[in-house]
Amino acid sequence: MKQTNQDITILAIESSCDETAAAVVRNGREILSNVIASQIDLHTLYGGVAPEIASRKHIEKINQVIDQAVTQAGMTLHDVDAIAVTYGPGLVGALLVGVSAAKALAFALNKPLVGVHHIEGHICANYLQYPDLEPPFLCLVVSGGHSHLVIVKDYGEYEVIGRTRDDAAGEAFDKVARAIGLGYPGGPKIDQLVAKEGNPDAIAFPRASVGGSVYDFSFSGLKSAVLNYLNECHMKGVEVNRADVAASFQKAVTDVLVSHGIRGAKEYGFHKLALAGGVASNTALRKAMREACEKEGIEFYYPAPILCTDNAAMIGAAAYYEYQKGVRSGWDLNAVPNLKLGER
Amino acid sequence: MRILAIDSSGLVASAALLEDEDLIAEYTIHYKKTHSQTLLPMLEEIRKMTELDLHSIDAIAVAGGPGSFTGLRIGSATAKGLAQGLDKPIIEVPTLEGLAFQLYGTNALVCPLMDARRNQVYAGIYEFIFNSDMYEMKPVMDGACCLLPEVVAKLNDLGREVILNGDGVQAYRDTLTQTLRVPYTFAPANRRLQSAAAVGTLAFHYAAQGKFVTAAAHKPEYFRLSQAERELQELRQREEAKAARETAREQNPEKRVKEDGQEAARDEA
Repeated sequence: MKQTNQDITILAIESSCDETAAAVVRNGREILSNVIASQIDLHTLYGGVAPEIASRKHIEKINQVIDQAVTQAGMTLHDVDAIAVTYGPGLVGALLVGVSAAKALAFALNKPLVGVHHIEGHICANYLQYPDLEPPFLCLVVSGGHSHLVIVKDYGEYEVIGRTRDDAAGEAFDKVARAIGLGYPGGPKIDQLVAKEGNPDAIAFPRASVGGSVYDFSFSGLKSAVLNYLNECHMKGVEVNRADVAASFQKAVTDVLVSHGIRGAKEYGFHKLALAGGVASNTALRKAMREACEKEGIEFYYPAPILCTDNAAMIGAAAYYEYQKGVRSGWDLNAVPNLKLGER
Repeated sequence: MRILAIDSSGLVASAALLEDEDLIAEYTIHYKKTHSQTLLPMLEEIRKMTELDLHSIDAIAVAGGPGSFTGLRIGSATAKGLAQGLDKPIIEVPTLEGLAFQLYGTNALVCPLMDARRNQVYAGIYEFIFNSDMYEMKPVMDGACCLLPEVVAKLNDLGREVILNGDGVQAYRDTLTQTLRVPYTFAPANRRLQSAAAVGTLAFHYAAQGKFVTAAAHKPEYFRLSQAERELQELRQREEAKAARETAREQNPEKRVKEDGQEAARDEA
């Protein structure tokens, strides 16, 4: 049995999409460093993440980011207890850079290796924000690639009760932002525009529900409704109020996310509801979810924006609990682009 | 001096340990598993079988490109992780040199040919020149991404016997057979594909010239832009051409009409 009073320090690496990130996390809860090299400016040129470019940038930045993370933590590579890395889901070429580098680093340093699920990382960002938060709780994970309603039964134990049937929430933000000429990344741009001047009740966009599963999401219908609306205005020669479109769209998304979250919490009897993922930093979503939780007497948890976006600290948090359970990855660890939550 | 060499730029994953004039271990796999699954277990096997203290390694040699983008990155990221963890430098060995060097000492030209898809190959042409006590490998045509007929034309122009290796041999066997007008042979199985031992041997030459890079500075040489970059570049070129045509039309509206129509049609194609 491992000594329980001993600190475990993990160096975590994340490269599943367009952020090259490394962090050092102690005992799954304390961030010693959290370094993120974002490629957003580069991908803005292409209106979205270009996978090959993302992979090329990861390889140029990976060592520097790791070096910074360790230095900022006031340590050397030899001081860490384990190396953790995101091995899926994500862009395969991007994942492979982090996975290959992490494996080689662990091999060279003779340290244990822990492969981490990206979504599990997002959920565990809440442990970093709230040192006292413990499972079980319900978590709504919303990002550019994912929309999941997850029961966190215990550390590392998840049950997905709702998922998107088509577009992820963040993907819908990106597509609508592009359609109204805001560019990439859509989420923050819509958030800013709406905060300034949009009227969320200006246009009645649909709140889609999915037949068969009350917790599943569908955002492609909403996206089409926005595109149709824009097209209609164009045909009629009516000038589009972009802020109103953005605000009404955003309201439609947050209404669905909030209602699913609250319904899930009530039906499954959870008093704790957490947000996670890039879209979790959306101001309107946070506000609406907070208000709904207050009304229902549910405790609401949401990580700071820096922990919502893709980062490695959340991977370090998730890895700690896997590590404590004795999970170790082999040298044949591969990137798994469509890895399911709860699978190994 | 001890060098750990890796090459995962193509179909094979290959790892080798060399010490001065000795090849201590070489492990090459050409099988359907991805390099990501094979490379590190191979290194671990070499470490165990040779009782290697990783810290006794002086440098990590890696096939620096060209090659399959993903394969190159698995090799590079592995080399970079090893180099950072061991605090040792990296030696970048061009992939095509690693291939050509396997035919050391031949009087024929050597043409490594890697299938680059999209009807292209990564290719170079090399020769071995005797110099006092050894052969030196010199490029006759520097490694490049080009169309197969361009390489064949160059070989035909040179008019010398040639040995070809690399995965391009199998991919373009028929075309090569039909279009080469010089005496040629295809390298046999044991000299056909990438070998980390060759990369490692060449690395000693580079080391002697002080050609080391840090883990952070190393990145693969792809020889080709990504698709997104290429498309953006083409779009910009089209826009520039269109702008130039519009300027020309403003200056001389009638004379340009026909030419303009042709160019516009070509843009659409």
